[in-house]
Amino acid sequence: MKRAALVVGLAVLAAVPLWIGSSYYINVATQILFYAIFALAVNILAGYAGLVSLGHAGLFGIAAYTGAKLMTAGHGHAVVAAGTVVMTVAAAAVFAVLALRGTGLSFVMITVALGQIVWGVAYRWISLTNGDNGITISGRPAPLGLALTSPRAFYWATFVVFLVAVGSMAIFVASPFGASVRGTRDQPRRMNALGYHVWMIRFLAFLLSGFWTGVAGLLYLYYHQFVSPQAVALAASAEALLMVISGGTATLLGPITGAALVVVMKNVASAYIERWNFVLGAIFVAIVVFMPEGLVPGSVRMWRWATAAWRSGRARRARLA
Amino acid sequence: MSLWLLLAVNSITLGGLLFLLSAGFSLIFGLMRIPNLTHGSFFMLGAYLATSLIARGLDFWTAAVLAGLLVAGLGGIVERLILRRLAGAELAQVLVTLGLSFMIADVCLMVWTGDPIRIDTPGALRGATAVAGLGFPTYRLAVSVIAAIFAAALWLLLDRTRLGAMIRAGVDDADMARVVGIRVSRLFTVVFCLGAWLAGFAGVIGGPILSVYPGLDQEMLPLALVVVILGGSGSLLGSLVGSLVVGFLYNFGQAMFPELAYVVLFLPMLLVLVVRPQGLFGRQTV
Repeated sequence: MKRAALVVGLAVLAAVPLWIGSSYYINVATQILFYAIFALAVNILAGYAGLVSLGHAGLFGIAAYTGAKLMTAGHGHAVVAAGTVVMTVAAAAVFAVLALRGTGLSFVMITVALGQIVWGVAYRWISLTNGDNGITISGRPAPLGLALTSPRAFYWATFVVFLVAVGSMAIFVASPFGASVRGTRDQPRRMNALGYHVWMIRFLAFLLSGFWTGVAGLLYLYYHQFVSPQAVALAASAEALLMVISGGTATLLGPITGAALVVVMKNVASAYIERWNFVLGAIFVAIVVFMPEGLVPGSVRMWRWATAAWRSGRARRARLA
Repeated sequence: MSLWLLLAVNSITLGGLLFLLSAGFSLIFGLMRIPNLTHGSFFMLGAYLATSLIARGLDFWTAAVLAGLLVAGLGGIVERLILRRLAGAELAQVLVTLGLSFMIADVCLMVWTGDPIRIDTPGALRGATAVAGLGFPTYRLAVSVIAAIFAAALWLLLDRTRLGAMIRAGVDDADMARVVGIRVSRLFTVVFCLGAWLAGFAGVIGGPILSVYPGLDQEMLPLALVVVILGGSGSLLGSLVGSLVVGFLYNFGQAMFPELAYVVLFLPMLLVLVVRPQGLFGRQTV
């Protein structure tokens, strides 16, 4: 039953370009997929390891900028992809060494500061990053001779990467390593007493998160064929975190749902109002105040509460009548 | 020679502004364990409110105090209505304050548009003052003096008054402070409002130097974070030293490596994190 649902779900997702005609919506679907990869990467830390990072847009941006620099330097796509991922994982290692000096709040603050450093470089180091104007690249790669220039082709390519990402996450969650990461979140002291190297487990989790952030950043670059400091801003980190939290942390489907929600809302909202950041902030506040467990579980709870209230109200009216 | 001196004065001025901003942040963080990510927004909002107040004909200093009070009022509302409900839930506090900062930034953009607004230097403090044969911008000297006065006043408040003793007790051990009869909850509101006032006020008196523009909040917040990480949370002396270090690094960095000034700022923070994670003047916490 569960397997059948999975197969149907995958078939529907794979066929998205076929049943959605307009390339605008195919592009929205593509964005959902690579943001879902990004959200899954953030979820490794925020969900499973209990380390909330508000600097992941920094890593995302390092990936996009590295890819853009390598491409404008005239390298082939194999070099671009490999170089980008290696660079992002290396940056993640540096981030991890510094941020893991603290846990909890100090981890959050250090990641904010690290993310802002990357933003500062992207925005101010004009000779390297072209400042606010950003870097434009020309052309997407053609793996195995398949051109990815059309929205459909790029959707399918992203979908394949997305499947690999989700598969690797499923393996990670089920693996002993995944269990030890959750252990360091719930019982760091006990894990330490049991002989686990808590710091090393967190460090490796950070690297894994950095790897998928790098992949997502590269897809972002190929999708937009452009990168600017906006991709690195604190708001981008917050958005990624919102995807994770709105869908539900430490679940596999949560960040994917959250990415879909945020991307759709962002596209819909920007069609009607220009104040996306206000909406983003308001959603944050609303989620935290009213639905601390996440949008999806929270809505379910609110719905149950509302229907229960309605039913009991009707029963009372029936009694009075 | 005089260039370096001028840079030093500018550094002290910026350090003073940062001190006003980060002292509140540090106290809020030290006492309430709230990482108040709206602190940069308070700074920007204070400056924007003052531009409107000055446009209504108020003089600079009244506008500065009043804008600070308005920001403090907003801070009090945020603390009472939202943060109070999230006591102990640190992640929730991070998210709420971040969400609020986005909302405030967007409202500011809507009300005051995207163009930078300059706040005019108050008349009496225009021009230069000669000190030891060298001319210095009077206003910058004045800001440094104001910051020094506030540093002294805050120190007196924290070190010499009953309220200060209660705040220090709360920073050290909030539960214990409750047990001995200190109303920590009311203390939280007082400290939060005080911190918000300082941030709003700093935004206004920083206005003639920095002017006000969208994104000022996101630029000041990391600086406050760096100061607090450098100096250690909850420590007034730490804020002061951290602010001056950041002020000097920023100005000298900008003079020597203009493109990397923003990055140079973060180097001491990284160094401190590696060598002394609790900050220069912070105490080891569990």
